[in-house]
Amino acid sequence: MDAYRVGIDIGSTTIKVVVLDENDSIVYDDYKRHMSSISESMKAMFAKLSEQFSEEKMRFNFTGSAGLSLAKHIGAQFTQEVISATTALRHHVEGIDVCVELGGEDAKIMFFEGDNVEQRMNGTCAGGTGAFIDQMAALLDTDAAGVNKLAKDYERIHAIASRCGVFAKSDIQPLLNQGARKEDIAASIYQAIVNQTVGGLSQGKKIQGKVAFLGGPLTFSSELRRRFIEYLNLENVYTPENGEIFVAIGAALEACEAPMSIPDLIERIKAYRRKEKKDARKTMDPLFESEEAYEAFKKRHDKASLEYKNPSEYEGNAYLGIDAGSTTTKMLLISEDHDILFEYYAHNRGNPVEVGRQALKRMYDTLHEGITIKKAYSTGYGEELIKHAFRLDGNEVETICHYRAAKHFEEDVNFVVDIGGQDMKCFQVEDGVITSIILNEACSSGCGSFVETFSESMGYEIDEFADLAVKAERPVDLGSRCTVFMNSSVKQAQSEAAKTEDISAGLAMSVVKNALYKVIRAHDVKEEFGDTILVQGGTFNNDAVLRAFEKETGVEVTRSNIAGLMGAFGAALIAKDAAQPAPFNHSTMLDVRGLQEFTYKTKRATCKKCENHCSLTINIFDNQHRYISGNRCEKGAGFDKGYEEIPNLYLYKYDKLTRYQPEEGRTYEKTVGIPFVLNMYENIPFWQPFFDALGLKVIYSDRSDKALYEKGQDTVPSDTVCYPAKLVHGHIESLREKQPDFIFYPNMPHNLDENPHADHYYNCPIVALYPEVIEANIDDMDEKLFNQPYLTLNNKKKFIDAMKDALAPYVSVTRRALSQAYDTGMDSYRAFREDVQKEGERALEYARANDLKTIVLAGRPYHVDPEINHGIPKLIRSLNVVLISEDAIHHLAREDNVNVLNQWTYHTRLYDAAKAVAPMERVNLVQLVSFGCGLDAITSDEVKDILEDAGDIYTQVKIDEISNLGAVNIRLRSLLSTMEREKDADGRA
Amino acid sequence: MAELRYAEDGRLLFTEEMRKEYKVLVPQMAPYHFDYLVYALQSEGYDAELLKTDDYELIHEGMKYSHNDICVPAMLVIGQFIDAIKHRGYDDEKVALIIVQTGGGCRASNYIKLLRKALEKAKLSHVPIISLNAQGYEKNPGFSITPRLLHKFHDAVLFGDTLMTLTLQTRPYEKHEGETDRLREAIAEELRTYFDHNKVFTWRRNKKMIRSIIERFQRIETVDKPKPKVGIVGEIYVKYSPLGNNHLEYTLEKEGVEVVIPPLYDFFLYSFSSSAHDIERYGGKKRIKWAYRAIIWYIEIRREKIRKMMRRAGFDTPIPFKDLKNLVKGFIDYGAHTGEGWLLPAEMIDLIEHGAPNIVSTQPFGCLPNHIVARGMLKKLKRHYPESNIVAIDYDTSASKINQINRINLMVSNAFRQFEKEDAQ
Repeated sequence: MDAYRVGIDIGSTTIKVVVLDENDSIVYDDYKRHMSSISESMKAMFAKLSEQFSEEKMRFNFTGSAGLSLAKHIGAQFTQEVISATTALRHHVEGIDVCVELGGEDAKIMFFEGDNVEQRMNGTCAGGTGAFIDQMAALLDTDAAGVNKLAKDYERIHAIASRCGVFAKSDIQPLLNQGARKEDIAASIYQAIVNQTVGGLSQGKKIQGKVAFLGGPLTFSSELRRRFIEYLNLENVYTPENGEIFVAIGAALEACEAPMSIPDLIERIKAYRRKEKKDARKTMDPLFESEEAYEAFKKRHDKASLEYKNPSEYEGNAYLGIDAGSTTTKMLLISEDHDILFEYYAHNRGNPVEVGRQALKRMYDTLHEGITIKKAYSTGYGEELIKHAFRLDGNEVETICHYRAAKHFEEDVNFVVDIGGQDMKCFQVEDGVITSIILNEACSSGCGSFVETFSESMGYEIDEFADLAVKAERPVDLGSRCTVFMNSSVKQAQSEAAKTEDISAGLAMSVVKNALYKVIRAHDVKEEFGDTILVQGGTFNNDAVLRAFEKETGVEVTRSNIAGLMGAFGAALIAKDAAQPAPFNHSTMLDVRGLQEFTYKTKRATCKKCENHCSLTINIFDNQHRYISGNRCEKGAGFDKGYEEIPNLYLYKYDKLTRYQPEEGRTYEKTVGIPFVLNMYENIPFWQPFFDALGLKVIYSDRSDKALYEKGQDTVPSDTVCYPAKLVHGHIESLREKQPDFIFYPNMPHNLDENPHADHYYNCPIVALYPEVIEANIDDMDEKLFNQPYLTLNNKKKFIDAMKDALAPYVSVTRRALSQAYDTGMDSYRAFREDVQKEGERALEYARANDLKTIVLAGRPYHVDPEINHGIPKLIRSLNVVLISEDAIHHLAREDNVNVLNQWTYHTRLYDAAKAVAPMERVNLVQLVSFGCGLDAITSDEVKDILEDAGDIYTQVKIDEISNLGAVNIRLRSLLSTMEREKDADGRA
Repeated sequence: MAELRYAEDGRLLFTEEMRKEYKVLVPQMAPYHFDYLVYALQSEGYDAELLKTDDYELIHEGMKYSHNDICVPAMLVIGQFIDAIKHRGYDDEKVALIIVQTGGGCRASNYIKLLRKALEKAKLSHVPIISLNAQGYEKNPGFSITPRLLHKFHDAVLFGDTLMTLTLQTRPYEKHEGETDRLREAIAEELRTYFDHNKVFTWRRNKKMIRSIIERFQRIETVDKPKPKVGIVGEIYVKYSPLGNNHLEYTLEKEGVEVVIPPLYDFFLYSFSSSAHDIERYGGKKRIKWAYRAIIWYIEIRREKIRKMMRRAGFDTPIPFKDLKNLVKGFIDYGAHTGEGWLLPAEMIDLIEHGAPNIVSTQPFGCLPNHIVARGMLKKLKRHYPESNIVAIDYDTSASKINQINRINLMVSNAFRQFEKEDAQ
């Protein structure tokens, strides 16, 4: 008889072992979570295996991402996991068209066409699926099985970003805080996975026919499968019974090398471990040189402390601060002398109101009549919700609270760095005014909670985990881009047998580096922000992180003993500041009785007041008080104030662009379809009159929305390209439905040469050449339907040459007609630009006359698309602020050059807008950046320099397909609040 | 330190005095070529030195002094320079940096400005930077691209391309391990003094050297056991630089395949051709257009001579630029020339049609042109060439190597399977 064949699949989270006999029957199988310690787990599994097979020689074949280096080094056979899966599938079932395999870290898809198999794996930026579900489950306070159970009872699906775990988390947290149902969120998480698989993996190939589902998540969760089946309209689905060991079966089937015995294999693994340990990894210096150094460090940080006071020993006034953060609720009650009377810290567990109720109840239990709560303030993501629920006296934006608290410990603090579970916030203080606010964007989210989640997955309490780091001798470098990248770096380090303490220290360094180089973008913190630095946020409770920060910056910083409660402390201090000295005044907050009778219900609704169709959550407290969340603008909140007349260039331009329409009643011979995308937001005022003059009727694609995006998402070839570009696919599909005679979408490497002081007038590579991507990826489109010439508008003669060729297949036009049409188009375009600039000037004048603040939201022409800007313009309007776009103000700038190669027209406007804003009072610039816009890595630094050289605040808002405006809201309100304080300071001076 | 002089736009100049006193640091961007470019510079009186550093410190410095979202090539080059000046014992008052500037709508055109910003942040703004470009940007009194230097560069690229092609075709099959690399090192040593003469324009001397190189490669004993071929295409830096692509060439050869890397010269010819193309299409000086075409014609004559010699010696040679350009006709427009533009799909088609349907398409994480000309073209390529086996890999200093290796491994496994299938037939 031939030797048994053993397939060993070492994935990112589990090890699977399968033994096949000569008839391909499974005679043994085993499945184990390796808890990131592969060698130990392997040893245990081999021990078990040898119970049945003792020293018999068998053919071993390894597979799986973590098995690769092991197999290589011990000289064993290795088969790539996708190949193993393919083999197993072919062996078990016939006629499969597509196979979707979702693993812990990787997602794969296989398309079968006869003998040909096309296999794909997810890109670097697409987070793993199993790990993703685990993380999301933690947010919902359950496990992977719990998510599945919840998803069964869903009613509606929320839009959750599918780019990666970090992004999805940023979407889920506000949903939780707004009181969305967990069942709905669970189903939405699955839908996000489906979207990612369809959009990111299939890349233009349809998932249809007979589809096989493999891998842990798809095997174990019925609801995830259901989402796939419903979304893709699948009828014929194959899910193997033993899906979790399926890849190992494939490896066993492929096993063909010389047989080995188990003891022999174990010996080889041991030798490999010894060798591995000697191999140098990318390691860094230890956090502490010695035990003494650590002791000194601890002593130094014990200084900044608040005292605790037993409430029973206190009589008098008290002030309450509640920090309703994105993942946790923090509460602090302080005495007149700033002693802590009561503190509370808990995870929101998806229900911040309930957590708040419990916290208040507990607080009331410890208090007595001699203590009067004079004022109670809330802050943080959920500040409005909490304020309305418990009828607090007020709320304050969190940056201001943090500053207030920081000042308590360091009167002269000039830089505050807050690393919480989800967000990082930093701000600079000069002369008592916050002058610069830095908030992380989506990619850097969740670094703090990542350390915690990770330590839990290793079976450590976070404190123990931090203690380990302190003793680490060779911290591992784990990169700093984002937690998804860190996660896979950790997996790699583990597979290379790194010690837990070195990983713990490495993670602390990664968090700090992410904060310093990614968020703060400082090369020398001391020089740029001064040396009186206060650090806070729950993450800094971790001594390793604190030390890493000091080590990396070379500054000795201050951390208080309430690092995680600073927001609540700040809110309490502000409550105290706001309290009147009058003896009978007390807080409006619900009292003990009110709290006992407190009821809370939520209802869901969709706002129909404009095309944004925001999903609203209506919170009803005590059957009477309503608080609406989820809305972007004032309309959703239930009141229409006179905001309409506040100038808003984004709304103005969008409205104006949609008015370039063919004449009604005129009969046109042919129709030309123009996708409402990218540079068309700049050029439609040219193209519509141009074609109209030629007797062609222009029809546009539909307004952008999620549904339109989804129509085209399966042909998007690159998952890291910006959202405005991804939308193009949907617009083309929309146009095809309208059946124009042809679709016109030209490649335009160059823009109009409008700024003599700039170095060049390019379009960005995406804007310039995206028609090529459409042509290459929407392959069921008639070649003749899609017209994508290369054009310039700068040279009339060359333009006419090119257009004559381009239009020849559809209409015959003379050069003279083209020439006239060109002139008509250019006149219209120029009129449009002048009009926009005039409106910009009018807006500035209006702001001045009405003493309003102005924000210049500086992005690109296509950012006026409400699906791209997610309603930020309306949000700004509802804050009673005038909004101007970069192309309505750039002409007011002085015409000199900048410190970077100034070669893209849209960016030249950006720089000029910044230069124009710099000297203006009460006008601030906010840069709007699309995720994946590589050029903004250059522009954002330059715009920041221009503004900061003039003493202005630089704020950046990064947007993607995410529709979560919570973070944007905090940014804008912090900015406005600072502008307000600056004005006050000026007024005093 | 030499006297610091500035141009009208405020940029620090590389002066004649500096030329005499300063060391000029060159970043390693393509190991087959850059040694010779440095020899060429040395022969013209510059104290040039190639930076061969490749470690963690360098990445750290790059991260510190460049925007985290900037592409990996910029970050690594900036990191390599700053790391060198800060930690490798160069006197910051006596060094200058040289950087290749490409131009065009890609953000790579901005590297020099980013480098300047980084130097300023690192308090090294007194270190002059020389831009090496074909467009005539940023002139310096102490550095001039004379026709002689230009021709030496031309020779250097030719040597690099020739040695790269010969090495890649020989090393996987060598009978005695290490022989190919030893020969290449010996030749590099000989080429150190090759440029120390002034009769650069004559073909004779060049021809003699190249013939001798080819003959010596021919003499290396090889095993006659074919291996599947895997091509590397991509963004110019990560395509050639081991620092950028985690030693991809080495990784692949270890997997047991023959690596094919298209010549560097094609990239330059593509750039010239694109400039000529734009004048034709969007207007400009006809004289310049003809000049570009003449340069391409001249270079191709030299290259064809070398290709002939190689073919006669039994080596595969890259196809002429004209043919390469023709391959992509009707596939993507010549107007698509941001970044690697149409060259990238052209190289992929060339590889597929010439026995290397297995391809790693390398790109820096977040590279814009590659959304279009690399990932954007994969589906169409697959449609035209169902046998193609292409994996697109993003390179980023934070990306875990295991993920990259796993994907490359999938491509290589498929390559072997296809290869064995064809072998059996």
